[in-house]
Amino acid sequence: MSFFKKLKDKVSKQTEEVTDKFKDGLSKTRDSFTTKVNDLVARYRQVDEEFFEELEEILISADVGVNTVMEFIEELEMEVKRRNIKDTEEVKEVISEKLVEIYYGDDDESLEALNIQEGDLTVILVVGVNGVGKTTSIGKLAYQLQQEGKSVVMAAGDTFRAGAIDQLDIWGQRAGVNVIKHSEGADPAAVTYDGIQAAKSRGADVLLCDTAGRLQNKVNLMKELSKVHKVIEREIPDAPHETLLVLDATTGQNALSQAKTFKEATDVSGIVLTKLDGTARGGIVLAIRNELNIPVKYVGLGEQITDLQPFNAHQFVYGLFGDLMTRVENDEDDSDDKNN
Amino acid sequence: MAFEGLSERLQETMKKITGKGKVSEADVKEMTREVRLALLEADVNYKVVKDLIKRIKERAVGQEVMESLTPGQQVIKVVRDELTELMGGEQSKIAVANKPPTVIMMVGLQGAGKTTTTGKLANHLRKNSNRNPLLVAADVYRPAAVDQLETLGEQLDLPVYSKGTVANPVDIANEAIEKAKAEHHDYVIIDTAGRLHVDEDLMDELQQVKTNMNPDEIFLVVDSMTGQDAVNVAESFDSQLDISGVILTKLDGDTRGGAALSIRSVTGKPIKFAGMGEKLDQLEPFHPDRMASRILGMGDVFSLIEKAESEVDEKKAKEMQNKMKSASFTFEDFLEQMEQVKNMGPLDELVNMMPGANKMKGMKNMQVDDKQLSHIEAIIQSMTKKERVEPSIINASRKKRIAQGSGTSVAQVNRLLKQFEEMKKMMKQMTSSKKGKKGGMNLPFM
Ligand SMILES: Nc1nc2c(ncn2[C@@H]2O[C@H](COP(=O)(O)OP(=O)(O)OP(=O)(O)O)[C@@H](O)[C@H]2O)c(=O)[nH]1
Ligand SMILES: Nc1nc2c(ncn2[C@@H]2O[C@H](COP(=O)(O)OP(=O)(O)OP(=O)(O)O)[C@@H](O)[C@H]2O)c(=O)[nH]1
Ligand SMILES: [Mg+2]
Ligand SMILES: [Mg+2]
Repeated sequence: MSFFKKLKDKVSKQTEEVTDKFKDGLSKTRDSFTTKVNDLVARYRQVDEEFFEELEEILISADVGVNTVMEFIEELEMEVKRRNIKDTEEVKEVISEKLVEIYYGDDDESLEALNIQEGDLTVILVVGVNGVGKTTSIGKLAYQLQQEGKSVVMAAGDTFRAGAIDQLDIWGQRAGVNVIKHSEGADPAAVTYDGIQAAKSRGADVLLCDTAGRLQNKVNLMKELSKVHKVIEREIPDAPHETLLVLDATTGQNALSQAKTFKEATDVSGIVLTKLDGTARGGIVLAIRNELNIPVKYVGLGEQITDLQPFNAHQFVYGLFGDLMTRVENDEDDSDDKNN
Repeated sequence: MAFEGLSERLQETMKKITGKGKVSEADVKEMTREVRLALLEADVNYKVVKDLIKRIKERAVGQEVMESLTPGQQVIKVVRDELTELMGGEQSKIAVANKPPTVIMMVGLQGAGKTTTTGKLANHLRKNSNRNPLLVAADVYRPAAVDQLETLGEQLDLPVYSKGTVANPVDIANEAIEKAKAEHHDYVIIDTAGRLHVDEDLMDELQQVKTNMNPDEIFLVVDSMTGQDAVNVAESFDSQLDISGVILTKLDGDTRGGAALSIRSVTGKPIKFAGMGEKLDQLEPFHPDRMASRILGMGDVFSLIEKAESEVDEKKAKEMQNKMKSASFTFEDFLEQMEQVKNMGPLDELVNMMPGANKMKGMKNMQVDDKQLSHIEAIIQSMTKKERVEPSIINASRKKRIAQGSGTSVAQVNRLLKQFEEMKKMMKQMTSSKKGKKGGMNLPFM
C-alpha cells in the first residue's frame, strides 16, 4: 500500500466531523499550498533547477524556514536523481512523502496526546511570548476537559498585563471552571502555588496555569518563569505533566528561537499552534519538529471556545497536502486498474 | 545542523571575495546568494527578496570598489543602500486635524499590540506634544478588552470612553467624539478588536467605523515577529482601509524583523513608531536605517562601510582643495563634486550652512536649485573628456553640439562656462584666504 493510502486510511478512521472541521479551518492553508504545487507541476514538464527553485519559494512562503527548506530541497534533489525521476508529476509524490517524514520524524504518535494522569492531579503550564493566545487557549482547553467530565481549575499566573486576570476570569465563567487569582502585580509563583493547593484540596483532575507573555530574550522574565516551573516541580513530583508552548502561526523564523529558549527554561513538552484560521501557514512547526523535536499537540482555529483541536499529524498533513495526495492516489488507482 | 548561522556565512563569503578594481559578476553572484538567504531568514517576503536581489545585481556589477573596502563589502554597501532606500526616511509625526479632535484609529491582527500601543501613543502625545487625549474602548469582542484599556487609562491617569461590550463599535466611536468635543480633548484614539484580514464581516465593520469617523490617522499595528504572511496582512488592511502608517511592536525581542521591509514594499506606507517593551513609555520613533542593518544582521559591516565612505569623502575633499589651489579644477571634478553634494541633501540648506556664503561676491547669480543642477549635469556629460579638462577649447560649434546633446540651449552652455570660470577665480580666493579655518568647506562648485 502506498504511503498516501496509509495516511488516508488513518484519517478516515477519525470521526468525519473532526476531520471536516480541521480541513475547513485549514482550507486557506491547504488551498494555497496545493494550488501552488499543482500549478508548479503543471507548468514544468521537466524537473530542473528552476523547478526546485520555485518549490523552494513555495515552502518558504509557508514559513517553513530557510534551513529546513534547504535541507529538504537537497534531499529531494538527491532522491529524484537516485530514482531517476524526470517527470514532475512523479516528483509530487516524493515531495509529500518527504514533507510528512519531517513532520513525523522518529516520533511515536502517542506523543501528540496530552499526558493526563488518570485519577491524579495533572498540572499543565502554559507559556509563550506576548499575545500569541495563551490565555485564550487555556480557556478553550478548560472547556474541552470539562466537557470530557474532568474537574478543572485555572491559576491566573499573569499578574502583569493589564486586564489579564479579568480575561481569564471571563474564560473561567464561559467554561464553568474556577479561577484561582491574586491581585495585579502579585508574585506569579505564589499564585501558581495557591493554584496547586486549591486543585489538590478540591481533588481536581487538571490544573491549568496561565503565565504572562514574555519575549524569550528577556533573561529576568525567563528566570521568573523557571521559578514558576520549579514551584510546580517541588509541590508535585513529575509535574508539570505538560508544559505547552503557545506559538502564533503568523510568526516567522523567530518561532524557532522561541521554542529553543522556552524549552531550555521550562522543558516544553508540546506546542499549541494558534491562529491557523488566518492565511498564515505555520510551516515553522515543521522546522521545530525537525530541529527540536517538539510535537504539536493542539491547534487554534478561531476565537470561540470550541475553536481548539487536538493536533493530529496525519490530519494536519492531510489537511495541508490532502488535495495533492488525492491526485497522486487517483493516478495510482488508475495504474492499479490497468495492472489488473 | 547544516545550515546554521547564515549571517556568519555571509561574513565568511565576504572575506573570501578579495581583490580590488571593479565588482565582478561572479562576486555579485556569490554575495547575493548569501544575501538572499539572510533576507529570507529574517522573514522578508520571498517576492520582495526576489525583486531586491534583482536590483542589487543590476546596481552592483561593475561598481568601482572603494579603497578601504573589499568587493564583498562593496556589494553589501549596495545592499545597504537599497534597503535604506526601500525603508525610506524617518517619519514619526502624527497628524493634526484642522478642527480638533484629531482622530486616530488602531487596527490589526489579534494580539499584535493595539491596546497596549493605544496607551503608549496617548502617553507619547501628552508627554511630547502636551496633548490631552481620550482613549476609546471599541473592542467589544475580546474578553476583558475594555478592562484592559481602562486599566491602562488608570495607569496613565487619562480618561477612557467605554460602553461595555453590548454596544457596536460605530456608536461607541461616535459618542466618544461628542464627549471629546464637549470636554476639549484634542486627540481621540480608538482601540479596535483584533481581526483577521480575511474576515469580511469584521473588516466591513472597520470600514464603517472609518466612514463614520473619518480618522486623520489609521495605524496598522504589526507584530515585528510576523513571517511571510506580513505582506498579505498589510496589503489587505491597506487596500480596505487605506492606512496612514504602521507601528511595529515587540521590537525589543530578538527577531530580525524582515516584516518591516515586506510591509514597506507592499504598502509604501511609513513605519512611524516601534514598540520596545510592554511598559507604556516604551514607544520610540522608528529608525528605518537601523532596521536595515538589523534585518541583514550585519551592523558591524555597515559601520565599516560608513567609515570607508567618510574616509573617501575626506580624501577627495583634500585632493579637490589642492586642485583648487593650483587651479587645475576641471569639469570632471565639478561633476564628481556635484554627485557628492547631491547625496548630502537639499541644496539651499547647504548653501545656508556655508559661512558667509550669501554675502560672497558672485554667489547671487549662482543660485542652485535641483532642476538647474540636472541641466548642469547634462551639459557636462555632453562634453568630451578633453573639453571637460580644457574648457578653453570649447568654440561655437562645440557649444552647439553640447547644447544639442544635453537638451539645453547655447545660452545655457555659455552661462555654465562663465560661471565655471568665475567659480575657479572664487575658489582661488577662498583657498588662499584661509584665515585660520582649515577644511570645513568642501563645496568648491559654489
Ligand atoms: N483568529 C484567532 N485568534 C486567536 C486564536 N487564539 C487566540 N486568538 C486571539 O489572539 C489574541 C491574543 O490572545 P490571548 O489569549 O490574550 O494571548 P496571550 O498569549 O494570553 O497574550 P498575553 O497574555 O498578552 O501575552 C486575542 O484577541 C485572542 O482572541 C486563534 O486560534 N485564532
Ligand atoms: N515586549 C513587548 N510586548 C508588547 C509590545 N507591545 C505589546 N506587547 C504585549 O503584547 C501582548 C498583546 O498586546 P495587546 O495590546 O493586548 O494586543 P492587541 O493587539 O490589543 O490584542 P487583541 O486586542 O487581542 O487583538 C501583551 O502582552 C502586551 O503587553 C512591545 O512593544 N514589546
Ligand atoms: Mg494572556
Ligand atoms: Mg486589544
